[in-house]
Amino acid sequence: MPSIPVLNLEEDLATQVAAVAATGAEVQIIGGGSKRFYGEPMEALPIDVSAHSGVIDYDPAELVITLRAGCKLSQVETLLAENRQMFGFEPPCLGADATIGGMVASGLAGPRRAYAGSIRDFVLGAKMLDGRGKVLQFGGRVIKNVAGFDVSRLLVGSHGTLGIILEVSIRVIPMYETEKTLAFEHASADRHVAWINELGALPYPISASTWVDGCSLLRLSGSAQGVDYAVVQLGGDTVDSHWQAFREQTHEFFDPDQPLTRISVPPASAGIAIDNPQMIEWGGAQRWFRGELDIAGLRQQVPGQGIGVCAYRGHAAEVPVFHPLPDTTLKLQRSIKSSFDPAGIYNPGRICPGL
Amino acid sequence: MSDTHRKKLAQRFREFLPEQSVIDQPTSLAAYECDGLSAYREQPLLVLLPENIAQVQQVMRLCHEQRLPVVSRGAGTGLSGGALPHAEGVVLSLAKMNRILQIDSLSRLAVAEPGVRNLAISEAVKSQGLYYAPDPSSQIACSIGGNVAENAGGVHCLKYGLTLHNILALKLVSSEGEIFEIDQRNLQTEGYDLLPLLVGSEGMLGIVVEVTVKLLPIPRCARVVMGIFDSVDKAGDSVAAIIAEGIIPAGIEMMDNPAIRAAEDFVHAGYPVEAEAILICELDGTEEEVSSQIDLVEKVLLKRGATETRLARDEAERLLFWSGRKAAFPAVGRISPDYYCIDGTIPRKSLAAVLRGIRELSTEYGLRVANVFHAGDGNLHPLILYDSSNEGEFEETEELGSKILQLCIHHGGTITGEHGVGVEKLGEMCVQFGDAERNQFHSIRECFDPLKILNPGKAIPTLARCAEFNAMHVHNGELPFPELERF
Repeated sequence: MPSIPVLNLEEDLATQVAAVAATGAEVQIIGGGSKRFYGEPMEALPIDVSAHSGVIDYDPAELVITLRAGCKLSQVETLLAENRQMFGFEPPCLGADATIGGMVASGLAGPRRAYAGSIRDFVLGAKMLDGRGKVLQFGGRVIKNVAGFDVSRLLVGSHGTLGIILEVSIRVIPMYETEKTLAFEHASADRHVAWINELGALPYPISASTWVDGCSLLRLSGSAQGVDYAVVQLGGDTVDSHWQAFREQTHEFFDPDQPLTRISVPPASAGIAIDNPQMIEWGGAQRWFRGELDIAGLRQQVPGQGIGVCAYRGHAAEVPVFHPLPDTTLKLQRSIKSSFDPAGIYNPGRICPGL
Repeated sequence: MSDTHRKKLAQRFREFLPEQSVIDQPTSLAAYECDGLSAYREQPLLVLLPENIAQVQQVMRLCHEQRLPVVSRGAGTGLSGGALPHAEGVVLSLAKMNRILQIDSLSRLAVAEPGVRNLAISEAVKSQGLYYAPDPSSQIACSIGGNVAENAGGVHCLKYGLTLHNILALKLVSSEGEIFEIDQRNLQTEGYDLLPLLVGSEGMLGIVVEVTVKLLPIPRCARVVMGIFDSVDKAGDSVAAIIAEGIIPAGIEMMDNPAIRAAEDFVHAGYPVEAEAILICELDGTEEEVSSQIDLVEKVLLKRGATETRLARDEAERLLFWSGRKAAFPAVGRISPDYYCIDGTIPRKSLAAVLRGIRELSTEYGLRVANVFHAGDGNLHPLILYDSSNEGEFEETEELGSKILQLCIHHGGTITGEHGVGVEKLGEMCVQFGDAERNQFHSIRECFDPLKILNPGKAIPTLARCAEFNAMHVHNGELPFPELERF
């Protein structure tokens, strides 16, 4: 694995943005291009930020890494692994060129998210370019920090609509001493959901769960003693791990030729009455459905807070990717967007019209 | 503000609030003059104690119409003056909204009104083997709504996170009196993730009226080991060494000699009064896991120069070891007429250097400083000992505190780890952030509260205030730490 390239393009990017802002044009921010599918398509001027790269600071004993946003996620993970550390939220790359900036902007996390936390939970600070081409810096490199509004965490999942992420400080966690995966037969989704939520109330070192093809898989991570104890208590069959395939969505469930829908629900919610093939992750909170689905109809069936239907991949162009926001929320969110990007130059409409 | 104006206004609020929910008598208002930072006091126009969400909405609608400043208040235990009243405004106390509305053990969550005490949540779910993790030292008294406003921490946040990490949903009333909700029980965000903006926003973006918290299973086993050191540096190194072993302790606390002595005199926890520093390290998990990790921690402590380690033999001794740390503040209160608690965070590697800097500043100002801190996350709580009856000593103390916080920034840290900015650290906010960032904070605030009636004058200093602060602190034409990048 080559070492992480070092190149500071901050001034260059600031100049480019200021020039674009002056002409009233719009830009789409390009990193590694691995998560382009995740959001509405855009027709704005591309601005490539992937060369803005380099490790600014990494002292493993501090449990914090500060990176320029163009760093490749895979290379950063290698660097962390050399120090027996990792990102707690187990981010998917979904492509060899995935960058740290794209990871933060998309907010996508992997199997450990339900147990270790989201990207948002681990971001400690960020440097960004706003819509005027001005460099802003929020948060810091320490774990506890309540000075000022927590803007760096707001950037997580903002899909580049608030500005260009230049640098980010992220808390990392030690690698676990050991990991084991147990398999259990559960014929129905409801059976799995009840089982995994009941388990959640017990102090076992669970780090991931999934249900697919009538089988529940449970990953245990921690000290050898803690994991072995849980294996004895829980029973089940010890099996080979599939977690990388779930994380990168290369498992056979994720047929790339078929549409994929993600329905997010409070974890203990009853099964969703859809006949399509289903996979459940995150202790019941993340439910994937493969094949054609009436997204608009589904969204009407599940109004109200707490349930989100995402037309994740492969749906018709006219179907909004993200669950539409209620009017009052949208109004507030648009005003927040304007406060960072008054002329609306960044990733126009990437989340939804106006965002 | 005239008394007639006060009476008239009280009458308007009594149109929809019960008689006892509107306080307008100066003698009763006195109880709300300050929060846990008692050096700052102000009498509000009125104190309002709504009993439900609809009443909070009505209060906000009237305040919005009248453009009245609103200072929301939980239990009033905050240490940065965030709940200091506004002389021309009302205090909105959420103390009467103190019911736990729902406990869902399968989903491992509880829904609480904002006035519910932090510890009351854990007590209510204990029989189900669950608890709420964040445990600020005021947890007996502080309210969950206040915890959200301040993003409260505690001794266990290295492993279990701050308030932000343990909140699943929030219901708020906006400055215009409308309800808005953030619901992340499904572990997803639709649109921007507003939770991190709202948690820790010090009552400036909305009134928290309902909080859904995450509950965790109570660990099977928790054990404590104490490391005793003849130098603060060695104790600091040990913290990094434990973490480098891949262990995340449930809590790891450090006390220096003045703090050890004060605590030992007060609670007799068996602390070594000759030691320069002690570390109290707690590990939790299954019994097998904890016993293997505790052996490793003991080895690391000794290797890094601990003169002795002591393992709490049983639960009683574990609690005894903790008792001195938990009583450190009142213990210091016994040896000094007054003390002032500072709250900065630094990268752990700077621990020894910052402690040296604090000692030098302490000598320079002739004021004693005792240090207790959450060593695992680099969160310092220097306690400055002073006597407010001595002319000018409080001002000296504040200045020393400010210097300590600027030292934290200098070492790549922050001016507040968990107590918030409030009124206390407005000046240091001018050092930590530049004009562009502070302008962005003001813009965000206006998205939520265009009339700026929610807790005005707190947390985010105005440009004018920063100009004044920087002018006062420029010596010979130089800012403190001129080499510092200003963000």
